[in-house]
Amino acid sequence: ENSALEFCTLTREFPEYVKMIEVGPRDGLQNEKEMVPTRVKIQLINMLSETGLPVIEATSFVSSKWVPQMADHTEVLQAIHRSSHARYPVLTPNMHGFQDAVAAGATEVAVFGSASETFSQKNINCSIDDSMLRFEEVICTAKQQQIPVRGYVSCALGCPYEGPIEPTKVAEVVKRLYELGCYEVSLGDTIGVGTPGSMAKMLQYVMKEVPSSALAVHCHDTYGQALANILTALQMGICAVDSSVAGLGGCPYAQGASGNVSTEDVLYMLHGMGIKTGVDLSKVIEAGDFICKALNRKTNSKVAQARSKSS
Amino acid sequence: MAAVMRFVNRSTFGSRMGHQCLSFSCSAAVAKSVQVGASAGKALPQRVKIVEVGPRDGLQNEKTLVPTEVKIHLIDMLSEAGLPVIEATSFVSPEWVPQMADQVEVMKGINRRPGVSYPVLTPNLKGFQAAVHTSDWLHAPVTVKAGAAEVAIFGAASELFSKKNINCSVDESLQRFEEVTKAAKEAGVRVRGYVSCVLGCPYEGQVSPDKVAQVAKRLYSMGCYEISLGDTIGVGTPGGMAELLEAVSREVPVDALAVHCHDTYGQALANILIALQMGISVVDSSVAGLGGCPYAQGASGNVATEDVVYMLHGLGIQTGVDLPKLMDAGAFICRSLNRKTSSKVAQATCKL
Repeated sequence: ENSALEFCTLTREFPEYVKMIEVGPRDGLQNEKEMVPTRVKIQLINMLSETGLPVIEATSFVSSKWVPQMADHTEVLQAIHRSSHARYPVLTPNMHGFQDAVAAGATEVAVFGSASETFSQKNINCSIDDSMLRFEEVICTAKQQQIPVRGYVSCALGCPYEGPIEPTKVAEVVKRLYELGCYEVSLGDTIGVGTPGSMAKMLQYVMKEVPSSALAVHCHDTYGQALANILTALQMGICAVDSSVAGLGGCPYAQGASGNVSTEDVLYMLHGMGIKTGVDLSKVIEAGDFICKALNRKTNSKVAQARSKSS
Repeated sequence: MAAVMRFVNRSTFGSRMGHQCLSFSCSAAVAKSVQVGASAGKALPQRVKIVEVGPRDGLQNEKTLVPTEVKIHLIDMLSEAGLPVIEATSFVSPEWVPQMADQVEVMKGINRRPGVSYPVLTPNLKGFQAAVHTSDWLHAPVTVKAGAAEVAIFGAASELFSKKNINCSVDESLQRFEEVTKAAKEAGVRVRGYVSCVLGCPYEGQVSPDKVAQVAKRLYSMGCYEISLGDTIGVGTPGGMAELLEAVSREVPVDALAVHCHDTYGQALANILIALQMGISVVDSSVAGLGGCPYAQGASGNVATEDVVYMLHGLGIQTGVDLPKLMDAGAFICRSLNRKTSSKVAQATCKL
């Protein structure tokens, strides 16, 4: 297994700018046990808008039966203050959700595919192929209405049911979403098992099919590997990173384990390296403090922990 | 253009603000990319030596006083887990470091596995003499003695830190260490050198990579076989790490260097990865991430050995470490300390 050692000859050049995609209000809150009042969600998103974050995933137009946390999607989307400097994508798993989202004023949507058949079945109750048909409908309609669509691929570095996932399979699914019309596809290490070697290998295959400018990484920190994986992705030319304020959102597959990587920790690394993001780290920390108080939980961000405790 | 290391403290924490134009699509054009370090990356090492500092650096920074038999059992479990180097204790005055007061008992009590090294800290000649003259130390039967005995000395790249931590200037400390390395040479004992504050100091802020290189060079010249570069307050990021290693490896061969990263700001694994890319093949870490940061109350300190091993094994790099056994050792010490592990791997695995 030499491919991991091969990527070592990567240049130490990094992008000058990295686009941060904040998924806390949606992906983060969706995976928190506590039900969050609508006004808290709205305030969180407004605070995040003040930080300079360019993309903030606001909510999800899924059935409230499946995801009660997102039942207030219309209210949230309509009530938030939309900064002219930010975009507010919402999840739309199918046409029904898409129509509701547009009616509520959505200007960008996202669809969620998977590189694992089993995960697809268990998560959205259909095969990868069938999910692509659903997404095609959404994407075509969105295109007609000039609404950009972002694609996600889960289990890009491993599946809780199938174990390791072939990079060729990931590349195939990413390609399909891109060709259907997604302007960007985010590669999700859903259970956080990836390491720099598997990240590099997966990206090598995916980048044969889709340009790096249309890719993002969505790393989970369940095994503490997120920042190292993100660093690797940057070295390979990726310049869009998903993260969650305060590391909101645990891992549903490993009870009590962490999930999303913290926006604060990613920013600290990027800024330390001289990479621009346009985001004010102190303000993100404030937003993180706010939502943690509201959720009555501690932050998962090490930067936030260090900042609040240093004398 | 090398990236400038930014030491982050409260007042300078603001980033380059300003609302960038959002129609800017993130192009992967690397033409104006930030270059971190000039030289090309080397091959990743096929093997990395892990230096386990949990029983010393880890426990020393834990509030709870740990019974001697628990320390001994921990070290024995770590030996069983395949770690090649386990920092066992510290020959400092118990007045300063009560946690290490049982240093002699620990050294006598542990099961020394053949091929494994058990370095002990010796801040000065007095500590050194106590360490090597500990009863069974030199007189242990050849079958029990696991290779040459080894000691460690701790320097700093920051004058203020040196003054506050060991009550003397950097130069004075290096003079003290010279006494130790001289005596060690005569006794056939290996010496490992540490440099603290290599990427930032809690008192001075930024630390110049050249200063670190100078201190590392002196430690190496006086006979240290290996120099461990410590990011004492965990403020370093990959850019600063690359710059640091470039400066230091001009003075000390990269084979004689190790990195000792703290995870206070979550940067440890990323920093270690960059270090590996620059040819480093020795990494210090602490089981269960034992040892908080004394400069940021409640914040984390040492990087967790489990998380490092997970990354290295995922990269196909050999370490000789048995991860499940290592996690057992981590679970054991956390139970004894009545605290949660700081290792994410341990948190994830035990809950699945």
